[in-house]
Amino acid sequence: MEATVAKTGTEGKTWGGGNRPLNASYGKMMMWFFIVSDALTFSGFIASYGFSRFKFIDAWPIADEVFTHVPFLHGVPAPMYYVAFMTLVLIFSSVTMVLAVDAGHKMQKNKVVWYMFFTIIGGAIFVGSQAWEWATFIKGDYGAVETKGGKILQFLDTNGERVAIADFAEFMPQARENHLEKNGIWYEAEPETRTNYSYEEVKAGFLANDNLLIRTQYLDENGEHIVLNRQESIAKLENDGKLVVEGANLKHNEYGHPLFADFFFFITGFHGFHVFSGVVINIIIFFNVIIGTYERRGSYEMVEKVGLYWHFVDLVWVFVFTFFYLV
Amino acid sequence: MAHEHKLEIFRGAWKFKSNVSKIWGVFTFLCIVTAIEVVLGIIKPEVLTANRFLAMKLLNWIFIILTLVKAYYITWDFMHMRDETSSLRRAVVWTGVFLICYLILILLIEGDYIYEVYKSNYVKFDF
Repeated sequence: MEATVAKTGTEGKTWGGGNRPLNASYGKMMMWFFIVSDALTFSGFIASYGFSRFKFIDAWPIADEVFTHVPFLHGVPAPMYYVAFMTLVLIFSSVTMVLAVDAGHKMQKNKVVWYMFFTIIGGAIFVGSQAWEWATFIKGDYGAVETKGGKILQFLDTNGERVAIADFAEFMPQARENHLEKNGIWYEAEPETRTNYSYEEVKAGFLANDNLLIRTQYLDENGEHIVLNRQESIAKLENDGKLVVEGANLKHNEYGHPLFADFFFFITGFHGFHVFSGVVINIIIFFNVIIGTYERRGSYEMVEKVGLYWHFVDLVWVFVFTFFYLV
Repeated sequence: MAHEHKLEIFRGAWKFKSNVSKIWGVFTFLCIVTAIEVVLGIIKPEVLTANRFLAMKLLNWIFIILTLVKAYYITWDFMHMRDETSSLRRAVVWTGVFLICYLILILLIEGDYIYEVYKSNYVKFDF
């Protein structure tokens, strides 16, 4: 790199270049600059999540009730376990990364290769888990009814257990005419996704089953959802109910306030994108190590720089974990 | 490149023989902290959710403090902040800490204010 620099006659002097401010090399310093700015971006996202949550503090979904799934264990409610597993995978891949950096300092090429490999595998497991978690969240669990005001009504039996709308909705076959663009005033096509049950079917099923109650998205002072009695439930469903929601997307969210889903997609998505790009950069560095680029350069500092980025991704996840799943 | 590693954590209470054993020590510590968080998150002890300190549940205080502890050890030992010069350390950490505290303060106060407005004014929101 320094091959084409013209001599200025100030080499070796304080302002002549070549000395390292704060004892850090240029590349490492720039990585720290990037990390500080990226940390501020993430804290902006998490703080705005806090803003929205404080704004709707009495109607925010409880994370324990939303993320209760573990792969291969259908129907077993297991809050937290899977995220805890993901957290450990990411911390562990951080450990193998820092071991790779350490081996790099000692110029042990083979060790660097193996540790980088484990780091990449850990990152891939994490991204895969994240994708699975998204898919489960989007698919939904029990289903709910949304009111005209955009509030979510969920269904319970008299024992306080959640009931899926699929279990009680009445099947009411009716001819459904496809809406074509040419018929609409604004040329709107059919919506891309449609729920399996209509509001009418859910309402009929609810009225036919006397043991069903409605749970609102509002919380009482103990942080429990407010449950309506049978008369209130019927009145609420008949007067305010509007449409059925299954799962979550950017507009509707069966678990509660739609902003919860929006922030979930946005923050974990942005973090997942960081993990993904981290894996890609790790793979590039991995192959560079294999072909001996850093061995010839005489320094494995590149591994250290990508390591800084990888640890930062882990650091962000520690905060996302706390503010999305724990608090 | 030949970095000097500081090989002790917890202010010297736990010393390591090599950098590698320090890494495993920090990893063990982070695992224990995460395990405590997960167990508390599943059990949610009544004592910690019923009592509050400065308007926040004790449980949430514990979670946030443990998170900051984890963040400290990830930054200091995995990102080698412990081995950098103190001026680099301060330039990175204080910039973040001050700006983030300010941002959180402003946004949370504002969010709570809007909540009060929604709750106490004459417009119906629950329909």
